[in-house]
Amino acid sequence: MKAKLLGGVIAAAVLSFNSLASAQTPIRIGEVNSYKAFAAFLEPYKRGMELAVEQVNAAGGVAGRKIEVIARDDNANPGDAVRMAEELVSAEKVDLLAGGFLSHIGVALGDFAKQRKIVYLASEPLTDKIVWQGGNRYTFRLRPSTYMQSAMLVPEAAKLGKKRWAFVYPNYEYGQSAVATFKALLKAAQPGVEFVNDQATPLGKIDAGAVTQALADAKPDAIFNVLFGADLAKFVREGSTRGLFQSTSVVSLLTGEPEYLDPLKDEAPKDWIVTGYPWYAITTPEHKAFLDAYQKKYNDYPRLGSIVGYSTIKAIAAAIAKAGGANTDKLVQAFSGLQFESPLGKATFRAIDHQSTMGAYVGRTAVKDGKGVMVDFAYRDGAAFQPSDAEVKKLRPAD
Amino acid sequence: MSLSGLFVQALNGLAAASTLFLLASGLSLIFGVTRIVNFAHGSFYMLGAYVAWSLTDRLQGAIGFWFSIIAGAAAIGVIGMIVELTIMRRIYRAPELFQLLATFALTLVIKDATLALWGAEDLLGPRAPGLAGAITILDRRVPQYDLALIASGPLVLLALQLLLTRTRWGVLVRAATQDRQMVAALGVNQAVLFTSVFALGAALAGLGGALQLPREPAGLSMDMTAIGDAFVVVVVGGMGSIPGAFVAALLIAEVKALCIALGDWQTPLGFIVAFPKFTLVAEFAVMAIVLILRPWGLMGRPDTTIRPQGSTSSLLTQPGTRQSWFIAGFALLLFAAPLLVEARSYTLVFGIDVLTAVLFAASLHFLMGPGGMHSFGHAAYFGLGAYAAALCAKALNWPMWAALVAAPAGGLIGAILFGWFCVRLSGVYLAMLTLAFSQIVWSVVYQWDGLTGGSNGIVGVWPSSWYSSKAAFYCLAVIVCGGATLLLRRILFAPFGYAMRAARDSVARSEAIGLDVRRIQWIAFSIAGAFAGLAGGLFAFSKGSISPETLGVSRSIDGLVMVLLGGVDTISGPIVGAAVFLFLQDQIARHVEYWRAILGLFILALVLLFPAGIVGTIRAWTLRR
Repeated sequence: MKAKLLGGVIAAAVLSFNSLASAQTPIRIGEVNSYKAFAAFLEPYKRGMELAVEQVNAAGGVAGRKIEVIARDDNANPGDAVRMAEELVSAEKVDLLAGGFLSHIGVALGDFAKQRKIVYLASEPLTDKIVWQGGNRYTFRLRPSTYMQSAMLVPEAAKLGKKRWAFVYPNYEYGQSAVATFKALLKAAQPGVEFVNDQATPLGKIDAGAVTQALADAKPDAIFNVLFGADLAKFVREGSTRGLFQSTSVVSLLTGEPEYLDPLKDEAPKDWIVTGYPWYAITTPEHKAFLDAYQKKYNDYPRLGSIVGYSTIKAIAAAIAKAGGANTDKLVQAFSGLQFESPLGKATFRAIDHQSTMGAYVGRTAVKDGKGVMVDFAYRDGAAFQPSDAEVKKLRPAD
Repeated sequence: MSLSGLFVQALNGLAAASTLFLLASGLSLIFGVTRIVNFAHGSFYMLGAYVAWSLTDRLQGAIGFWFSIIAGAAAIGVIGMIVELTIMRRIYRAPELFQLLATFALTLVIKDATLALWGAEDLLGPRAPGLAGAITILDRRVPQYDLALIASGPLVLLALQLLLTRTRWGVLVRAATQDRQMVAALGVNQAVLFTSVFALGAALAGLGGALQLPREPAGLSMDMTAIGDAFVVVVVGGMGSIPGAFVAALLIAEVKALCIALGDWQTPLGFIVAFPKFTLVAEFAVMAIVLILRPWGLMGRPDTTIRPQGSTSSLLTQPGTRQSWFIAGFALLLFAAPLLVEARSYTLVFGIDVLTAVLFAASLHFLMGPGGMHSFGHAAYFGLGAYAAALCAKALNWPMWAALVAAPAGGLIGAILFGWFCVRLSGVYLAMLTLAFSQIVWSVVYQWDGLTGGSNGIVGVWPSSWYSSKAAFYCLAVIVCGGATLLLRRILFAPFGYAMRAARDSVARSEAIGLDVRRIQWIAFSIAGAFAGLAGGLFAFSKGSISPETLGVSRSIDGLVMVLLGGVDTISGPIVGAAVFLFLQDQIARHVEYWRAILGLFILALVLLFPAGIVGTIRAWTLRR
């Protein structure tokens, strides 16, 4: 009886609160991510997101309303991700969806968004399929895709003028398409290159010793690496012990990101050409403002995940402002061609395939004060590393 | 590929083999004596690496380093002892495999505890002092530490062999491995024996993890990658055989090194065989071949008599007519409730997930309980069904109902094919062969980009418009899953069901009365596969997309957890187990940050409260009264 009474009181309080606040209900962003399974990336991501929400709301919100993020853990499982998305849409009544870490989850959420006609901003997943083969009217993607990041490295790779190339990559779609893109573009940029060895390693289970040995035995002039995380650490340690990198250049995807470079500490590879995020040396005012705010709030330095989380919210806020609210159709129109501010600079969601032009930094790795850093880097705008519009149209089904 | 290159690759293989052996030897010991399928073994391995990392971070120099390795292993031994004393000891009398549930819960708790204590970032340890460099062998540089590892495997093998053959404790362990009831009957204190074996096994896992530090960073995914390898090595070698584990580790590591060394091979027929890609499933392929040729592994013994120690599988009783009507009415009401109470549509979405899980768990239970065949790879048939349905719907443009007919056919075909091999084995070997087949299927689906969409899977598998409303699809799920579950139940009380249970309880007697045991088991396996496939088909349409995860190990494990949680000796167990497991996961994951740990603790509590599964224990209570 007591409990019932209490429940009634709470319900009444909630009701009255609701009626007071109805004009001011926040815009709800549903966030689905593998928070616990990939905590190294997603803890900084969540912080970036929280910082952006705080900033947006402190500035009075967007379109006259505050924003609010409701986050759900998908257990790194697409089935659970779709269920959580269903829950966010039907029970939590979110206005749009964001998030996703693994590519197959991003693809599944994108298709869910199409089915339920709700906007989905894929923040992290890299697969080209999200915007091309699996692209649809409701799905947009923030981070530079596998294609873009591979393409950014090709001009630098071609400049090396190396003839014999070997490849090492995790054996799933991400690694395969990164290597395929790289091979095709390099062949076009530097006719006469040879591809001498391919090592596709099981994700998270590389036999680093044997792989290093096999690569060395193929006597390549240069190596293109797509490994990341623990696989990368094992490969780097074996490779330097066995002297693989002494006479071979390495071009490497994502290795300059603090998430993957920092764990290597003073054993970080030297003089690899990488994509990444040198937070310690970017001098643009927009990045400085972000860095100061982030360090002040968390007393820690940002990782690339922080940038992605922060920019996700900023992009959504810009879209809501442009749409004048959170109506799905208006949001779709607002996102197409939307220009937004990110700590890495201005970027645009391309109308043709819903891919943002957010870029990445390309530079060389070095070791400074016992830590891996990027030097001689430059920002590569994502807009410049896209296939031709005709090709994109061929790949992407019409809305 | 030069001969000298191959030789050095063989050395690489030896170093990998030592790691595998250390990991597997502890598991083999634990299984041999206690018959526990210890899922937490990979977690002990991971913890060993983390503890050793923390110690090496504080202690400098060669002495500090090696002390850290030994102390790390010892610390894990102590943790193993605590686990045995507080948890495992209480559930030795539970039905076979039930301990797996507790160790599964432990993996969840340990993972989140590690995350909380050490953080999410990978922790790269120091190189081994004095062994940091490389020496040149045949013009190739081989890390000194690898050579030390190569020596460590045989050393540990030797030490274990001495321990097992020259000490009284070792004699008891070997005796218990062969016949633990006899050992108990002879007055040996089993409790002490079990605790010490569990602690030693955990310490060996911890040692394996600690010794990996100079080669790989301590990371949060070490547990899951290690556990699969450990089981494969133990089973290929023969459960309980330490030398067998050593040979198996060598075999698997060398096969992998060879694949990597061979590289891409241009066949005379024109296409290219990429051997390095084969490392994705090399260990499982080796296991499948070994088990088909030698059903008890390379050095295992077929004749170990295992009398069930816990409650024997009780008789299934068919409820009376009135009772049946009551149950049916109750179930109907339960499933109609979400529709009647207007309800947020999320209740329906969740309900659909529960229903598909119930059918999946019921089909696995059919195999495990009355069939007596444990499967660690049942998700293969679920996934085959899902892919069959998705491909029929997408590639062939079949209507949903036709795709849903194709789903059980997909599961059935897979089960007929693999079941033929599996029913020739028994016990854990059978379970591991199912796992091997499921991993092989998984890897094919994962790689076959053109047909299955590779790791990204197939999207756009949505129900036909009539069923696109959640309520309509929910009704369909109730009818399909409810009907299929009832049908499974009906089969249990048909003559075939009685024959199946007879075959489980006594092979010899069943054959004596003219039952073809293998054939019966094969049919049972196929039926279970077909029903799992049906659940998979429904799953595909409820999610709109599928990926190789639908036939991955973790789904198989989830199925096992549901069946064991509900109670393997009861008919309604899997239904209750599936519902409880999904409900807990859904609720906890949405409201708690460290949800895996909390879920693990919940399951541990359930394990200790309901040592025969939820339904099994409740039934025991009511019978006692």
